[in-house]
Formats: sequence, C-alpha cells, structure tokens
Amino acid sequence: MSIFRFAVIQFPASNCDQDAVHAIRVLGHSADYVWHKEASLGNVDAVIIPGGFSYGDYLRTGAIARFSPVMQAVRRFAEDGGLVLGICNGFQILCEAGMLPGALIRNRSLQFRCEHVFLKTVTRDSPFTRSIPEGRLLKIPVAHGEGCYYADEPTLKRLASNGQILWKYCDASGQITDSANPNGSLLNIAGICSEARNVAGMMPHPERACESILGSEDGRMVFESMIDTLRLARTGAAA
Amino acid sequence: MTEPKITPELVQKHGLTPEEYGQILRILGREPTYTELGIFSVMWSEHCSYKNTKPLLRTFPTRAPWVLVGAGEENAGIVDIGDGLAIAFKMESHNHPSAVEPFQGAATGVGGIIRDIFTMGARPVCALDSLRFGELTDPEVRRLFTGVVGGIAHYGNCFGIPTLAGEVYFDPSYAGNPLVNVLCLGVLRHDQIARGRACGVGNPVFYVGPATGRDGLAGAAFASQDLTEESAEIQRGAVQVGDPFMEKLVCEACLELLATGAVAGIQDMGAAGLTCSTCETAARAHTGIDIDLDKVPQRAPNMTAYEIMLSESQERMLIIVHRGREEEVKRTFEKWDLPWAEIGRVTDTGRMVVRHKGQVVADIPAKMIATESPVYSREAREPSYIESVRAFRLDGIADVAAPVPVLNKLLSWPTIASKNWVYRQYDHMVRDNTVVCPGSDAAVIRIKADSIPPLGGDGDKAAAPEETAVPEKYIALTSDCNGGYVYLDPYEGGKAAVVEAARNLVCAGARPLAITDNLNFGNPYNPELFWQLRESVRGIADACRALNTPVTGGNCSLYNQSPAGPIDPTPTIGMVGLIERREHITTQWFKDEGDAVILIGNAVDRSDALEGLGGSAYLKVEHGLKTGTPPRCDLEKARLLNTSILSLICSGDIKSAHDCSEGGLAVCLAECCISHLEARNTPRLIGAEIDLSDVESSIEKESGALPRLDSLLFGETQHRIVITTSDLDAAKVLARAKLLGLVACRIGRVGGDALAVKTRRGEWRWPVAELHDLWWNSIARIFRNPA
Repeated sequence: MSIFRFAVIQFPASNCDQDAVHAIRVLGHSADYVWHKEASLGNVDAVIIPGGFSYGDYLRTGAIARFSPVMQAVRRFAEDGGLVLGICNGFQILCEAGMLPGALIRNRSLQFRCEHVFLKTVTRDSPFTRSIPEGRLLKIPVAHGEGCYYADEPTLKRLASNGQILWKYCDASGQITDSANPNGSLLNIAGICSEARNVAGMMPHPERACESILGSEDGRMVFESMIDTLRLARTGAAA
Repeated sequence: MTEPKITPELVQKHGLTPEEYGQILRILGREPTYTELGIFSVMWSEHCSYKNTKPLLRTFPTRAPWVLVGAGEENAGIVDIGDGLAIAFKMESHNHPSAVEPFQGAATGVGGIIRDIFTMGARPVCALDSLRFGELTDPEVRRLFTGVVGGIAHYGNCFGIPTLAGEVYFDPSYAGNPLVNVLCLGVLRHDQIARGRACGVGNPVFYVGPATGRDGLAGAAFASQDLTEESAEIQRGAVQVGDPFMEKLVCEACLELLATGAVAGIQDMGAAGLTCSTCETAARAHTGIDIDLDKVPQRAPNMTAYEIMLSESQERMLIIVHRGREEEVKRTFEKWDLPWAEIGRVTDTGRMVVRHKGQVVADIPAKMIATESPVYSREAREPSYIESVRAFRLDGIADVAAPVPVLNKLLSWPTIASKNWVYRQYDHMVRDNTVVCPGSDAAVIRIKADSIPPLGGDGDKAAAPEETAVPEKYIALTSDCNGGYVYLDPYEGGKAAVVEAARNLVCAGARPLAITDNLNFGNPYNPELFWQLRESVRGIADACRALNTPVTGGNCSLYNQSPAGPIDPTPTIGMVGLIERREHITTQWFKDEGDAVILIGNAVDRSDALEGLGGSAYLKVEHGLKTGTPPRCDLEKARLLNTSILSLICSGDIKSAHDCSEGGLAVCLAECCISHLEARNTPRLIGAEIDLSDVESSIEKESGALPRLDSLLFGETQHRIVITTSDLDAAKVLARAKLLGLVACRIGRVGGDALAVKTRRGEWRWPVAELHDLWWNSIARIFRNPA
C-alpha cells in the first residue's frame, strides 16, 4: 500500500493540529507539522489546515492567518493542483484567503456549538467525497462559534450549479431541515470545494470521527476519499 | 516618586490587623516600605495564605503510595497512573471576579488553573467546571449565568482544552455571589515533573508573557473580603482580562522549554502576580531572589513598584533558567513570538530583594512572607438554624398522590434538568480523547501519546510525543457537592460530596484515585459560618480516609456572601479515577430492549426518620422546603458499594450503571431512559417497565410498614446504583452482588417507549419523549420565555 504524506499546518493557536496528525496516522499514513513561519511545505501529497484560532482570531477568524508565509506556500500548492482540506478554522482561513468563496459568520444562536451532526454528501464528484458510499449519512462533530456559511445569491447559485457544495447538514433521516442546521448556514452548507475541486473546506471535524471509541468512524471516509484520489493519481502517473 | 506614608489607616486598608502589622515590624526590624506593605497584604490575604483554614486543611489525608506531589507542595498535586505516567490536577475558584464581571471573571479563572497545570510540566488535556447560581427566573442571574458560561467557553475553546464535565446548581443563596470553580487536568511522565523552585544560586530569572499592566491590582486581596455593592464597584478594576491565545503560546513554549532541560524552576504568576511567584519559588528552594522591576515589561507608563509587584495581569510566567542555557530559552520564546525579559538572579541570602529605579523597594526574608503567614484558629459555633433542621419531621407532609407531575417537575427543575445549554457551548471533544461526553455520571477521556508534553531530546530538539509509545489509559472525572445537604448538616454533607463523587466514578468503571477540593464558604470571622467550614472539612477528611482518596490540593474561597446573606456552604469535590481497560468504560443510559434493571443498595433507609427526604430536591421543588437532616452517609457501605460495583463491571456483565442522587430513584430511572445522545436533536430514547412491589414488600417485612411512596420514588437515600445486564446474565449478577455483600434486587426490564412504574399503591407511565423534552429543553425555555 502506498503511504501518503500529509502536511498539517500549525499556526500558533491551532488546536486541532495534533488531532489531524493523529487521525492521519490512525489511517496508516504519514503526517507532519508545518510551522506557520515556513515558506515551503516540503515534499507532501496533501495539505490539511486544522481547526483552532490561528492567531487568536480577535479581528475576524482567519483574517490574519491568510497573510502568513505558509499560506503563500499552500496557495502555490493548490494552484499546482494539490489537495488542500481546511477544517473549521482552516475553512475560515481558506475563505479569508479567497481560495474558497463565501464567508463564515457567527452562528445564528450567537453561541459556540459543540455536538455531533449528520451530514448529507451532496456530490461524490470530488477528491473529498468520492469514497463515501452513495446515500450514506456521515455523523461528525462540529465545534465552532463562527460556522454560519454565507455567500451572496449569485455565488450560491454558482456553487450549486458547479457541484461545489459537498456536504449539507441534515437530520438522522437525511432530510435537509432547518432544525438540523447547527449554525444557520445558508442552504445548510457544511462544506464546499473550489471550482477546480482540489481545495475544500468544512466546518465539521472529520479528524474527531476516525475511531469507534470516539463515537463515530465516519470522518475516515473524507480522508479516505483524499487518499484514494492520491492513489489514483499515483497509479495513473505510473501508467 | 514619593511613596505614601505608612499609617494605621493605610495598614487597615490593606486588610492587615494591628497584630499582623506588629509581626511585619518584627520580621523586618523596621517600618515596611509601601511596596513591602502591599506585598505582605496580598501574601497574607486569605486567598494566598489560608490563614484561617490551615489548621483545618492539615486534617485532610494527603498521602498514598500513588501521590507523587502532595497537597501544598507545589502548584498542583500529581498522581501516578502507572507505566511511568502521571496526572496533575487541581480545582480553583474565581467567584468574586465572576460576580462583578462574569465573562472575564470566569475566563481568567480557566486561564489561571490551566497555568497551574502546565507549570507542573503537564500538558493540560481537559477541564471541568462546577457552577452555582441563584434562580434562573431572576434576570440578573441569567445575565451572570450567560456571562460565566460564555467566558469559560471563550477561554477553554480558544485555548483548545475540552471542557467535559461539571455541574450546575441553582439556589437563591448564590444569587448575589455565584460560584465558579474550574478544575484542570494535565498528563505527564514522572520524569517530566517541574518544580516551582528558584534553584541554583546565580541562575537567571526570566519573565515571559505579556507586559504587566495595572489590571487585576490586588485581586487576591479582593477575593478575601465580603462582596458588597461598594466593593464590587470599586473592585471592578481588579478583574483581569484574559487572552487565551497568549496562554496557548505561553503553554506550548513552556512545555517545549521544559523538554530542553534548561529550566531549573517555573511558576505562573497567578494571584499576587510577581510577588507570589518570586517569594514562593525562593522559599521552596531555600534560596533568595533579587529582581529589578525596571526590566519587567510594562504596559502602562509610570507604574510604581507597588503596582508592578501586585499586578495580576494574566498569562505571565516566572522561569528560573540554568546559567549558561539562556540562549535556548530565548530561542524558544522567539519561536513563539513571546515577550520575555531577564529580570533577576537567584541568590543565597534567603531574601526577596526588589529593586526599582536604582532603589531597593523591598527586602524581605522570602520564607517569612511565603510560609510564615499568621495562622488563626477561629471560633466555631453551631448555628441556631440547625436545631430546627434536626427537629423537622415529615408528619405534616402529605405523601405523594400523583407522582406523574412530580417527576415531570423534578426533571424540568434547572438543577436536575440537562445542562446541554451549558456544555454544548464548550468544545468538549478537542484533542480527540473524549470517550464519554458530558451527560453521563462522569466524563471519560483516554490518554494517548500526544497527551503528554514534548520529551527531551538532543539539545533544543524536543521529540514529538506522538513518536513514543504510551499505553492507552482512561481517566474519569467528576465534580460533586450538594450545597443544600452541607447547609443542613455540614459533616454529613461533606461526606456525601466525596461519596457521591466516588460513586459517579465507579459507575463509569473507574477506580477513584484522589480528590481536589474547592472550599466555598462565607466569612470565617462569623463563628456560625466557620462551624460550617470546620464540620464539612471533618466530613470530607473522614470520607477521603474511608475511600482511600487523598486530597492532593485545592483552593479555599471564603467571604462568599452578598448583602442578602452567605451562600450555602459548598465544598466542591473534584475527583479523578483510573480505568485500566477500554471494556470497563460504562455509561449511565439503558442500552438494549429486554435488559434486566437491577437496583443495588437499600431502596429506602428505614433508620433515617426522614426516609431519605431530608434536604431532598423533592421537598424543595414540591413542598418549597429546604430543611430536614439530609440522608445519612455510611462510609463503610460506600466503600463496599464502590469496590463491589467495580468488581461487577470488571466481570464484564454490566451494560449500564447510574447512581441515585438528587430526585431519587424516579429521576435516576428517567435519566437512564433519556440521557443517551446520538447527535444533534437525536436522542436515543428507550423506556423501561419497573415493578417496585417486591421492594416494598421486603421493606414492609423488615420494618413492619410500607415506606412512604414519595420516599420510595423521590427519596435520596445514599449508596444506591441502578445497573442493567442482559436478561441472560441477570441471575448471575444478582448472585454475585449478594455474594459481595450488596443488597440487590431485580426491579424491571428495559424496553418500550415509556417509563412505567408499578408499585403496590399504583401504576404510572411517563412517555420517554415527553420526559426527554422536559429534561432537555427546560433551561433553554427559561431563556426563551422568562417568567
């Protein structure tokens, strides 16, 4: 089996960095931290921008992180087609950096929310969803105060028509309902990808759902989709 | 700058008695400077010196073979959990700051206790909070409650520590004086224990963290007086502002630095800031310390020596570094972009010398301030109310006729209702270790490789902990204290708090190891309030001895009273336990249709004249009474119950275990049916058919009369646990329980969509969906529809 190398970006107040590294290692792959002051990612196959509060996020979540040296490297990596997954604060940073459309604003409850939610995979046509079985709901926790996805009408239309919406919040039976929405996100959006499909952001934490002892293993399918994509690219390149 | 002249008025304003001032004159052999007066006043404040509680605290059992760092030795206690691993934990209060500024008051409480843990060299891995407020019908209480929960969430979530257990009680006695007690737990290897000692004469002393400002000036002194409207207004400036981002940087930098071996001693600047950290580190190491305040980073212009020494600006650390290794230290701070300064040296004089603008502004024997504070034995007198409590009988109280609305009312009562309004605001899953989330008897986390701090490597290259093998272990935590019980009978209430904490842990499958306590009481100069303190300490000490759970540290918070009166005495117990194997982790909710429900313990304590109803939630909620001697707590029974339940759990046949506490058996059974949460809006509800007629008959046979129905359903007789097993295993488990010396009775089976209870006096049904709605949504409803 090929072992792939993941870079987990470490901002000073990243606090899900160890969790992301742990999850990737649980899946049998390799993960290394890349400090925010680094201008290069080294030789890696994919990038994870983990959750946390990057630089304290007193101004706006992710607003300062996008200027860090490492984010320039991440941008170049993405422009070359590399897979980048932003989780929670990582999603916020990718939006602030303009690598994903839209923004994440305060939860409609005005409170932080930490709980397991159900996700419906809207399209399997992406490097982050390809290995999720058709119709399979994912149970993955959210933990954020500013996770309400917001974008203007034309952007939402474009996201929908391009198939860029990857996951929506749903209830236990798969219905996209208002009460299943933990933060007020428009269209119940939980995660999206870029137009080129190689950059994705999601508010839920798949790295917290990779072991049965933590209550769910559904998060594995997100990472396994990325790994399957990398494997296909590698065997494709070899052939 | 001319310093104020020391007058009797100024001495008094510093909270020092004439006798204490006389002692200062004797220690110094001269009149103190203004700065020295400030130093003595904070170090000899109740908060820092424990001057009124020391004689009581000495009665606690503090030793056991597994206690590596005991109470009072360092900033937190440390307990061995085997395989070279250990846990550091401690609970601390931030009551007064939270009363005047709930958000920042609570937030900095979290910050302070996290620092106490990483100061010991441990990686903070979880927090727990124990809160007390007035009644939620009061808008001011809702403001405090919202602010405190928001502050804890803000600080803990940003820092990245899961807040995963705790308790919230609502009672009018806390209306003007809420309690905010926070426990933090960290993990480390035995060889990583750091000490708050200024070791090595000539070693440089570093200051790290944000610049010192005028915030939190003399907060320790503020915590050591009664809360009045005037004091709250004046002291609003004593509340510090927390910066969890800075704390995260300081924590990571300190842990990295400790791994290099360059650190000789380390202590956080908590209460009494620079003053406390310098004199305590010197006193512990039997050395002296010499610091120059001109080198201390300062946020405000023209700060005086007095202000710099007494500031409680947050997120600051004092680090004593081995001479010659300063460069490694500077490199680490610079990596994390942290402000730092070298501010002094360790000396051999035994004195704490403080210089400012070329002058010596303080020169005091370090030990004299840190450890030789005055100690008082206060007068204690049994309060007059106790007599009427003891005299209370149930004669005038009609037995319950319609249990259905009573259980509904109890489950909706905010003290018993689900606290999801609180814990869903806390990130309780960060760090990928939360095995049992909030909502069961105790929270459970696992320990894995990244739970420990970086390990020492070559030079400044610290090895990532992920690369070392750590055997999986699980830690269970809980906090408990029924302040109502303690008010009605401080000795029994103190015992009950420890015993309930232990019961919660064994229900989770954990062996209780040790406790940390947070003694929240009123003014110790009031003999009746001091009696409450003395008696409950006696109860806690006896219970800890019986259960072999030593006290490893904690905090005293006295003067908890507002103009409306003192709080209910609240000695909060934080207890930790160890689960060796994953299979032993047990939760409180019913699992499968058809499982047998077994009640362990006597359904009703017939030797208790009040049959477990004294001080009960039922008397309070249904009859508006807060009186009666609370249920007796038999320590021998408690010990037997704990070891036996653990033995049953380890045998592998127990599918759920839940202890009976507030609200009695009926609330316990209801919680077993409704407390399992799958995901957002997705509870896993399961009913049960319960038949208590055999239990009633056997009580009747033994004591000649049926117990009251209200005591059977809602009484709070101690030492009871409801367990379930598969139908097939039930007979085996019952036999085993009896062999172990337990009273055990099969009372029903799991299944259906209602909790159905049959007794000889009637049958009642509660649809579980309705029970769940009442229990889950009650607190949120009060916010939506305030009365």
